[in-house]
Amino acid sequence: MSRKVGGYDRPPRLWVYGALLAVLGASFFPVWWSFLIGSQDASALNQPGWLWLPGGNFVANALRVIDTIPFWTALMNSIIVSSAVAISVVMFSTLAGYAFAKLKFRGREGLLIFVIATMAIPTQLGVVPLFIVMSRLGWTGSLWAVIVPGMVTAFGVFWMTQYLRDALPDELIEAVRMDGASMLGSFWHVGLPAARPAAAMLALFTFVGTWTNFFWPFIVLDPGNPTLPVALQQLQAAFFVDYSLVLAGVVLSIIPLILVFIFLGKQLVTGIMQGAVKG
Amino acid sequence: MSIAIRADARSIRRIAFSHTLSRWDVRFSPYLYISPFFIVFALVGLFPLAYTAWVSLHDWNLIGGQGDFVGLENYGTVLSQPYFWTSLRNTFSIFLLSSIPQMVLALAIAAFLDSNLRAKTFWRMGVLLPYVVAPVAVALIFSDLFGDRYGLINDVIIALGGEPVRWHVDVIPSHIAIATMVNFRWTGYTALIFLAAMQAVPRDYYEAATLDGAGRLRTFWSITVPLLRPVIIFVVITSTIGGLQIFDEPRMFDQAGQGGANRQWQTLTLYIYELGWGQRDFGRASAVAWLLFLIIVLIALVNFLVSRRIAATTERIAKIVPVIPTKGTR
Repeated sequence: MSRKVGGYDRPPRLWVYGALLAVLGASFFPVWWSFLIGSQDASALNQPGWLWLPGGNFVANALRVIDTIPFWTALMNSIIVSSAVAISVVMFSTLAGYAFAKLKFRGREGLLIFVIATMAIPTQLGVVPLFIVMSRLGWTGSLWAVIVPGMVTAFGVFWMTQYLRDALPDELIEAVRMDGASMLGSFWHVGLPAARPAAAMLALFTFVGTWTNFFWPFIVLDPGNPTLPVALQQLQAAFFVDYSLVLAGVVLSIIPLILVFIFLGKQLVTGIMQGAVKG
Repeated sequence: MSIAIRADARSIRRIAFSHTLSRWDVRFSPYLYISPFFIVFALVGLFPLAYTAWVSLHDWNLIGGQGDFVGLENYGTVLSQPYFWTSLRNTFSIFLLSSIPQMVLALAIAAFLDSNLRAKTFWRMGVLLPYVVAPVAVALIFSDLFGDRYGLINDVIIALGGEPVRWHVDVIPSHIAIATMVNFRWTGYTALIFLAAMQAVPRDYYEAATLDGAGRLRTFWSITVPLLRPVIIFVVITSTIGGLQIFDEPRMFDQAGQGGANRQWQTLTLYIYELGWGQRDFGRASAVAWLLFLIIVLIALVNFLVSRRIAATTERIAKIVPVIPTKGTR
């Protein structure tokens, strides 16, 4: 479709690269800046003049961060919560998406419209009763309080429904059914394999979304048992003035996701690009 | 002989039973597969939202629990408090300051990325990098950059011969600083959404425009942007839902986390938190939550009506329906 057209697809001028380089600089600079400050001696920050090179204090600052906040607990919690939520969202979304896309049952259209409509409801606004529910269940302070509300998303169900509708031919399901597979068997043998690319994408987005989430974990978790963003908040509350410490903590907290990004960033990009034109 | 007959009867029963099982399987499995969503959503999504209305009609303390039924008193009290109106103003101000520049910038970046670049993936990943940095971390970095006395941005302003700006004191500067954090995190993401839509535009259109003698800028404004309208509307709607609930960035902008000494940058969600967990007044916090919900519904409705009118005029390209995880969907 997109054949080379006179003029429009010619290589861009140099200034386009220049502009993109500026954008890239702006994307990267704040992260670099936090490392720059995070590696300084606190006293170096109070001297006039600009800093352009990292100091040698990053490790010392990082160790102080680990002493000040329950860093390892927070890191483990973030890993546990984000993985659990991602796995659960993918599992339930794939199951529901398979049913909505490929199985016939009464009320299917209505229920799917309901799912889509719930995407417009801002769940954050129910925090007060959600907190009441969690304290009745005795879950406040525990990771369950963060995991359970994240276990399903309307977006996930919709995403998998859309994907499976195109990606999985009906004939394939019929063939497996003819061979005597049960409903669950047909899901397992043809539904799941077909869903894999979309499931991987959904897992990635859910993982990042849960990892960076702050509001609800901040409300419901105990200070001694935080996720990383909540722990960062404690660091600021305790050491606002000492930016070398606070920003060393920031660097520590963003390293894991930057690593994920370096390895899987390409998938994230394709995920956004695909999602935006799927219809 | 009789043994054989008995065995046959048994296997017939067994086959009949497996038929029944299989019929049930076909009938009920779909409901079984979709039920986890509905059960969990009912418990943690729908019920809390409805229950918020119930709580908002009562005296309700964080520790003491449910008190007397007070009707609409909480709403009256909240609406008569100046902090409510300040936070409403701040929410809208920060929202506009973050969404408008973000759309414009993202469109421009998408246009750059849409040209025939070398190392496409590298540039796309580069602009997406801020997306994986948690808002809390972004807020901490920027509250240092926007420091009133020693911040880098004020240093630059002074070096350029300007007066230092009191980012943590004055209303509009604080809103600009917070909007910058939002824009930092989301502009590249939005740009990639626009880019995807741009790549779906048939290149023949550009060819025709070029033949008619239109320059690049003209082509962009007269062809690309109008064709992108559905996507732009979608991004506006989702960023409205997300933007009106902003909490992380203003919460982390200073140490106290209350949105400034005079609530210069307190947003509605921050206000809900202060009422509920600061003053332990769940009734009033719920009243504000419902007011915010109504505002969001109202704006979404207006958005929807406007976009439907626009969509009707651009029906042919309405096929570009975006389905992407956005700020509103966590």
